[in-house]
Amino acid sequence: MHDPDATVAEGINWTVNPGDYWVVAGLHGSGKSDFLMLTAGLMAPRQGRYRFFGEAMPIFDEARLKTRLRLGLVFDGGQLLNHLTVAENIALPLRYHHNLSRAEAAAALSELLAGTELTPWAERTPGALGRSWQKRAGLARALALQPEVLLVDNPLAGLDPRHMHWWLDFLDQLSKGHRLMQGRPVTLVITTADFNPWKGHARQFAILRNSALVVVGPWAQLETAQAELTRELLTERRQTG
Amino acid sequence: MEKGKASAIGSPWARLLLALPRPESLTGYLGRGLFRFLLTLQGLGAFTLITLGVMISRFGGARRVIRPLIRQEIARAGLRLLPMFLFMSAALGLLVIGQTVSWLTRVGAMNYLGTVMVVVVVRELGPLTAALLVLARIGTANVIELGTARAMGEVEALEALGIDPVHYLVVPRVMGMAMGVFALTVYLILGAVLSGYLWAFLQNVPLRPRQYFHQLAGALNGLDFALLALKAFAFGFIIALVTCYHGLAQRLRLEEVSRATVAAVAQSVMACVLIDSLFILIYLVT
Repeated sequence: MHDPDATVAEGINWTVNPGDYWVVAGLHGSGKSDFLMLTAGLMAPRQGRYRFFGEAMPIFDEARLKTRLRLGLVFDGGQLLNHLTVAENIALPLRYHHNLSRAEAAAALSELLAGTELTPWAERTPGALGRSWQKRAGLARALALQPEVLLVDNPLAGLDPRHMHWWLDFLDQLSKGHRLMQGRPVTLVITTADFNPWKGHARQFAILRNSALVVVGPWAQLETAQAELTRELLTERRQTG
Repeated sequence: MEKGKASAIGSPWARLLLALPRPESLTGYLGRGLFRFLLTLQGLGAFTLITLGVMISRFGGARRVIRPLIRQEIARAGLRLLPMFLFMSAALGLLVIGQTVSWLTRVGAMNYLGTVMVVVVVRELGPLTAALLVLARIGTANVIELGTARAMGEVEALEALGIDPVHYLVVPRVMGMAMGVFALTVYLILGAVLSGYLWAFLQNVPLRPRQYFHQLAGALNGLDFALLALKAFAFGFIIALVTCYHGLAQRLRLEEVSRATVAAVAQSVMACVLIDSLFILIYLVT
């Protein structure tokens, strides 16, 4: 949050249903990350209501924490704890909320590491990893508590094609039902600065534009949209002259 | 930390007042300093209450995660500093005895050597020295670690995982540092008392060990033990709280971490000296 006093978006009237796969796009500085932080319940809206599974957000009290933990958040850079190894980072939410010892969390941890191909990096600290792997570790950590809703902040930013395809496939599997989630589909909300990679993957699209969230709809409606920003986010060149 | 926003300096009206052009008059300058001090006090007070609240409400929670962290902090703020403290205790014993012997021998008051050790080392220099050394070695590290963690978004990451940042980051440090300072104070005092006699022996002071320890025992009373423990725990508690406050309570950029560290050290020293002064009142009253 660069400026806590700035209003990132207003007049939002948005519902996410179970099983949705949203991609919300915006240019750099449009407030995508702040929007996701608010959706994750890390800050309260200045005005209006935000309900998550019927509970008013944000939730900080212990009694309703179980509801909030039905939501997972993957930060842009992973935001791992630098003094812990990758394995310790991923196991942390499991061990903290279920009061598990390292040995008791080992089986679940091992599955998460294998499922995200992080096993070779398990004993390294985040500083020893490239950004691509840090993002994956952030994803594995967010999945540790088996969330029903997953928010992912700009997962494809700065990735090479191999990592990009991995993420797209993995998110598709999460949406349909991944074995890491016991086959249960996960509702996804992803932010991005470029719509193109998401063709054939996400099902609903929206844009953060001029402090407003504009719901576009499925990909077909995105392709026929005339707005300049929409074309820009489809990485089409601007017509000049 | 949105939920328990402890810092008052971040509020818009406070920032406006602090951003006003520096006034020409001395009273205006002092007033601004006083205002800044009161804001810091308010923030520290709120942070202390939040920490105490979390310590009580989450006592025993996630103990398989938190207890190893507390043990780690005790090792960091206690065990690992032991070699340095043993050296410092020898030096402290030399300093006190060296100065004391030269004056007491002139007035023929060598039977007060033990009393001087109790008054100077046990009651005052021991706890304060231990606290300042822990502040220098561990307190500064606290501010840097937590400030960097805050700047890198680790606090938001913990909140996103439903982990209370105060419970995970602050409580182990507070408990570890309080226990570490207490233990190191005891070691420092014991070392200073023993080395004090060694230095007296090397200076050919005609004092037998039995006489020396008899003097010490005569000068000590039950209140000294109780106040020593309270003081040491209080110092550790305050240092941990102040350093954690400066590292965590305000949103820091990486380039602000050094400024926060300096402020934390200065405020910790002042707080420890203030607490020390309050404890002296107890001795004066009793």
